[in-house]
Amino acid sequence: MKGVAVMELAGGELICESLIEEGVDLVFGHPGGAILPLYDHLTKYPQIKHVLTRHEQGAAHAADGYARSTGKVGVCIATSGPGAINLVVGLATAYMDSTPMVAITGQVTRGAIGKDAFQETDITGITLPVTKHNYLVTKASDLPMVIKEAFHIAKTGRPGPVLIDVPRDVLQEMTPFNEYPTTIDLPGYKPVLEPNNEQIEYAVNLINKAKRPIILAGRGVQISQAEEQLVALAEKAQIPVICTLLGLGAFPGSHYLNLSLMGMHGSAFANIAVDESDLVINIGARFDDRIVGKVEEFATKAKFVHITIDPSNINQNVEAHAPVVGDAKLVLENMNPLIKSAKRTEWLKRMDQLRNKHPFFIPETDKLLPQFVIRQLWEATGGQARIVTGVGQHQMWAAQLYPTTVERGFITSGGLGTMGYEVPAAMGMQMGRPEDLVWSIAGDGGFQMTLQELATIRDEKLPVKFAIMNNSYLGMVRQWQELFYDNRYNQIDIAGPDWVKLAEAYGIHGIRVDNKENVLSAIHEANQHDGPVIVDFVVEQEGNVYPMIPAGQSVNEMVEDPDMDEKSSMVAK
Amino acid sequence: MKRIISAIVHDRPGVLNRVSSMFRRRGFNIASLAVGHSEKEGFSRMTIVVDNVEGMQADQITTQLDNVVEVVEAADITDHPTVIRETALIKVAATPSTRGQVIEILDLFSGIEVANVSTEWIIIEMTGTTEQVEAILALLEPHGIIELMRTGLIALTSN
Ligand SMILES: Cc1cc2nc3c(=O)[nH]c(=O)nc-3n(C[C@H](O)[C@H](O)[C@H](O)COP(=O)(O)OP(=O)(O)OC[C@H]3O[C@@H](n4cnc5c(N)ncnc54)[C@H](O)[C@@H]3O)c2cc1C
Ligand SMILES: Cc1ncc(C[n+]2csc(CCOP(=O)(O)OP(=O)(O)O)c2C)c(N)n1
Ligand SMILES: [Mg+2]
Repeated sequence: MKGVAVMELAGGELICESLIEEGVDLVFGHPGGAILPLYDHLTKYPQIKHVLTRHEQGAAHAADGYARSTGKVGVCIATSGPGAINLVVGLATAYMDSTPMVAITGQVTRGAIGKDAFQETDITGITLPVTKHNYLVTKASDLPMVIKEAFHIAKTGRPGPVLIDVPRDVLQEMTPFNEYPTTIDLPGYKPVLEPNNEQIEYAVNLINKAKRPIILAGRGVQISQAEEQLVALAEKAQIPVICTLLGLGAFPGSHYLNLSLMGMHGSAFANIAVDESDLVINIGARFDDRIVGKVEEFATKAKFVHITIDPSNINQNVEAHAPVVGDAKLVLENMNPLIKSAKRTEWLKRMDQLRNKHPFFIPETDKLLPQFVIRQLWEATGGQARIVTGVGQHQMWAAQLYPTTVERGFITSGGLGTMGYEVPAAMGMQMGRPEDLVWSIAGDGGFQMTLQELATIRDEKLPVKFAIMNNSYLGMVRQWQELFYDNRYNQIDIAGPDWVKLAEAYGIHGIRVDNKENVLSAIHEANQHDGPVIVDFVVEQEGNVYPMIPAGQSVNEMVEDPDMDEKSSMVAK
Repeated sequence: MKRIISAIVHDRPGVLNRVSSMFRRRGFNIASLAVGHSEKEGFSRMTIVVDNVEGMQADQITTQLDNVVEVVEAADITDHPTVIRETALIKVAATPSTRGQVIEILDLFSGIEVANVSTEWIIIEMTGTTEQVEAILALLEPHGIIELMRTGLIALTSN
């Protein structure tokens, strides 16, 4: 701009200015040599709150939990070398599960790159396969545009993590700055949002003709905020709705058309329903192999409508008869008026039959079962708490028995299945939703992988509640060894510390529950406690998650709980 | 099945790595890859030949390429009318006594030049279709091929 004195700013300041332009007010990170100039400048920008995690993996998962529960872009920061590498599992977790994130890493100075300098790592090389895109910035004047592009790429199309690697001397380099760019020129990145009319009409025609249609709603519904349009479609055409593990919350768990989860550990009724259906309408889901199992035997009587924003997910695992590329909300807005109202009485009656014959159920026993704890939690919170889980048996039971009614109210690592997600992601979720009750349903194995973040949670005074499903086992691995390796248990005893003492050591309230009677009171006590709480639920060690379709198989090989009988308390129909 | 992909990519450091890394991790087998300047300043054109592509995988190659931010355009041109060429440099054994026979073979083909010659060998430069290159190689084989360098296919659609 002529006449206006142009300011000179350091690269680190440019990053802060750019983050503010992108609306960022919260970042998670851990400092170190190469990134220090940025930390030095951060102090001048009180608009950006920095949370010091105890491990960079914690920063990445916290940014991920924050992003998933708010829809905003999560930001994390690390230094070069080990710091950057510690982010990797968090980036991969976000990449698999379509989570918008921007990671900023320090790098050795430009002249030192390629010379095996102290704490030098080729982090753009390492993260190439687990980021949507990444940058190595070689001059400070590129920073505003790179950051603008990074946020755009992270949050549009199929969202994902973008990493920006910045050499230390670039952070220090002074460069003129007048204004943040307003436009982007990325000829190689143009996600299709508006659906094509022909594709819509073809899909509508299939839906209107279908006798036994089913909707499979995925994370894409939440990403495009199409929850309302999804309910409208389901109700207008009377189509039952299944959610993927990552789609939970996209359709109200309490709705009469809700069929819960399908797939490896989905409900038997949903899996049978899909097998009987004549049209599967996939809205914003990938057709992951934990849903499809054996492709040749998946929904053999059905045609497939596949609505997704990412053309590479079409025909990736399942061949679509009617692909529709576009944003789910725009697609449904275009589609819904063309959908004929229908009753589908027979089909819905069949759904009721299936639900009654194959319910989720909790075995009747005096012992403390994790299923019982999770169901009590659901009852005590009216399905209204925001849930985070780890990975393993407790994760599957949480998905089955805590049908959430909250949008973005259930977050979990699905595609990568990252143990340890349950601690830092809960922290990120609580920071994104400070007013809401956040419960982390945690595995005792996973919790031990990231428990250092308890200190961060204490420092930030986050009132997260942890329900540790303490079976002293890597429960999911034990289940596989029991069922597929003839009971040959090996390396699954994962007994942790005294959890109550651990909580106390961190200045956190701890409660132990080892019998059914005390479950509810402990949950209430935790809910009422004005701060973080760890509840150590000492649960039965050897239960298995059912139903189960063994990996790569079909509904024909589905195993239901051998203990199910008339006396069993039926839940979550 | 073999697929021929034509792509326009940004001419920047690291782009080739992004593209080849995608092929590697998705399990696509690159038979040949040629890259060079395109008609547009700042953009390169790549011709990539992929082997053993089964069924739905064909779509995956182009859609996954499209997901690479620095790939501007990617098309599967296997079934399009195209002009496809490759160049081979062939160092074939040829002593003064056998040179005549080798030259006789070369005369059967067009698009051939003798790039260099010594008392032990001739370096032949040939541009043509894969079939033509294979044919000349088959005929030269008995003389002894000492070194061979093929560029891989380059292609442009002709519609
Ligand atoms: C132990 C374990 C067991 C599991 N068992 C099961 C199981 O039984 N059942 C199950 O469902 N999952 C299960 N999973 C999870 C599974 O592995 C996948 O992570 C999950 O199914 C993927 O869900 P998704 O396709 O909805 O989400 P993603 O993988 O995130 O895919 C999202 C899709 O939505 C699209 N999209 C994004 N934005 C938009 C938009 N704006 N408009 C339209 N489309 C958009 C994307 O392009 C993509 O195709 C399990 C995981 C673990 C760890
Ligand atoms: C980081 C990581 N390592 C290993 C695994 C393999 N794995 C899947 S589930 C599981 C056991 C989880 O144990 P725990 O957290 O106690 O949960 P549980 O199954 O007992 O409920 C393991 C080891 C994984 N998913 N993630
Ligand atoms: Mg366990």
